[in-house]
Amino acid sequence: MSGEPRTVRGTPLELADLKKGKVFTTAYVPKIQYAWDTGVAIGRYLEELKNGRLIARRCQRCQRTMVPPRMFCERCFRSTDEWVYVQDTGTVNTFSLCYVSWDVRRLKTPEIPAVIEIDGASPGMGIMHVLGKVNPKQVRVGMRVRAVWKPPPQRTGSITDILYFAPIKGKTTKVGTAKKPR
Amino acid sequence: MPNRVAIIGVGCTPAQPTTPYLSFKELMFQEAERAYLDAGIEASEVESFVTCAEDLNEGLSIFDEYTPDQLGAVQKPMHTLTQDGLHGIADAVMQIQSGLVELVVVEAHSKASNILTPEWILDYAVDPVWNRPLGFNPHAIAGLEMNVFLHETGITPDQCAHVTAKNRTNALRNPLAAYPARTAPGDVADSPYAFYPLRETEMARTADGCVVVVLASDDRARAGKSQPVWVRGVGFANDSSTLESRDWIRAEYCRVAAQMAYRQAGIHNPGRDIHLFEVDDTYAYKELQHLVALGLYSRPGDAGRAVASGVTKPNGETPVNVSGGALGMGLTLEATGLYRVAELVAQLRKQAGARQLPHAKVALAQSWRGVPTTSGAVVVLSSE
Ligand SMILES: [Zn+2]
Repeated sequence: MSGEPRTVRGTPLELADLKKGKVFTTAYVPKIQYAWDTGVAIGRYLEELKNGRLIARRCQRCQRTMVPPRMFCERCFRSTDEWVYVQDTGTVNTFSLCYVSWDVRRLKTPEIPAVIEIDGASPGMGIMHVLGKVNPKQVRVGMRVRAVWKPPPQRTGSITDILYFAPIKGKTTKVGTAKKPR
Repeated sequence: MPNRVAIIGVGCTPAQPTTPYLSFKELMFQEAERAYLDAGIEASEVESFVTCAEDLNEGLSIFDEYTPDQLGAVQKPMHTLTQDGLHGIADAVMQIQSGLVELVVVEAHSKASNILTPEWILDYAVDPVWNRPLGFNPHAIAGLEMNVFLHETGITPDQCAHVTAKNRTNALRNPLAAYPARTAPGDVADSPYAFYPLRETEMARTADGCVVVVLASDDRARAGKSQPVWVRGVGFANDSSTLESRDWIRAEYCRVAAQMAYRQAGIHNPGRDIHLFEVDDTYAYKELQHLVALGLYSRPGDAGRAVASGVTKPNGETPVNVSGGALGMGLTLEATGLYRVAELVAQLRKQAGARQLPHAKVALAQSWRGVPTTSGAVVVLSSE
């Protein structure tokens, strides 16, 4: 065997050939739309976001307080029992610094999605959100944060009624001190 | 069928045009609780789970990621089939017969009311290069099929109208039905054409709903507290679906699936050996085409004569879609086949209330995946 790759019969194509229309292609843009029923648990959750509050559900059997709320406990496989309000403060469980946006643009200032363990919910129970008003270099696991809400008239009953979570001044704890999930 | 398998529990919500009060997860949890209670089991005992769902219907990719919590399937074997629920039954039967597990749950649901552009999803199923650019509504495929089906078999539009009339009237006795209505064949003939020769009233309307079925091995079923219904045979098949060259007249996918199920069940004369049929009637003529493919008639034209003379009514010789079918109950997307199964289980357990047939012991459910597909499945059940 020589080191040369075997040549294959065919027509070489480059991007320029495609642009010149040398190859037939078919384009199609689907216009599919949905409107999902939020149901009992998430419906109430969104309603309370509009009120500027976070609400959770408690399972009496495993004693967990679950946020976002759900009407069933996936561990005990039974209906959850009661609504409880939880705080809009919490601890960063994990985060990422995203230097590429969802539409694949390079970002100078990173977006910072994070899972925030909410005060009043069970350990390991958090909500997915983004961090803001923070120097990316100073974000740490275990950092204490608080929700920054939209002004009430601008809230729509959406997870984006919270603009972002921002550090609570002077409350940054050391790496690795976040409570371990059970 | 070696290594017998039984259905030991069913949970199903009434099919309804909309279900705004529950999320799909809450709907599934509710029916899972009902099915496990019916089966006399705890969720923790279930060893494997199958859900049947189509990502495009859900509006969620990789839908199996969204199903374990509400079924009690966390940290357990589970997968999603992009198929009608009857394929899920076949899947569960194979898992149990292989000796892998003894207790399997099959789930399918519909949140059709959440899809704002159902025609676009159908369009997405049509070949993107040489069919989609033509721009016709994909339901036209049913019009094309019905036209040549009637032409070749001699079945008449009036006979097809009897299917709608029968099924929607049957649905009046079914509290689970979304679209019951006392309907006469004349009412159908008066309704406008949608896709000639197909009329509007001959097309099943979509509904929301959820069905959960628990299947068990022979040992497990006989040791349990619930009344088992035995799976005697399962079959599934696809034909070549190319619109330009498909078989428009015979539903070959249904014939092949039925032969597969009949072989396992030892059925030689389906018209005599099977006492009750729940078959796909997404479009009224489909019920007749499927009954022909199931081998009920020596001449295809007999299917039309049978429905017109009442043979397939609940009090007739061969009851078909006593539940109301999809025309009466609503088309519940991937759950459609499981609603057919739920009816058979109720009938074979003698729990069908006002619809109860006195002598049904062996029954058949059949599904079709809708236009533009040639995909179908058959399940044969018996009370003994
Ligand atoms: Zn619990």
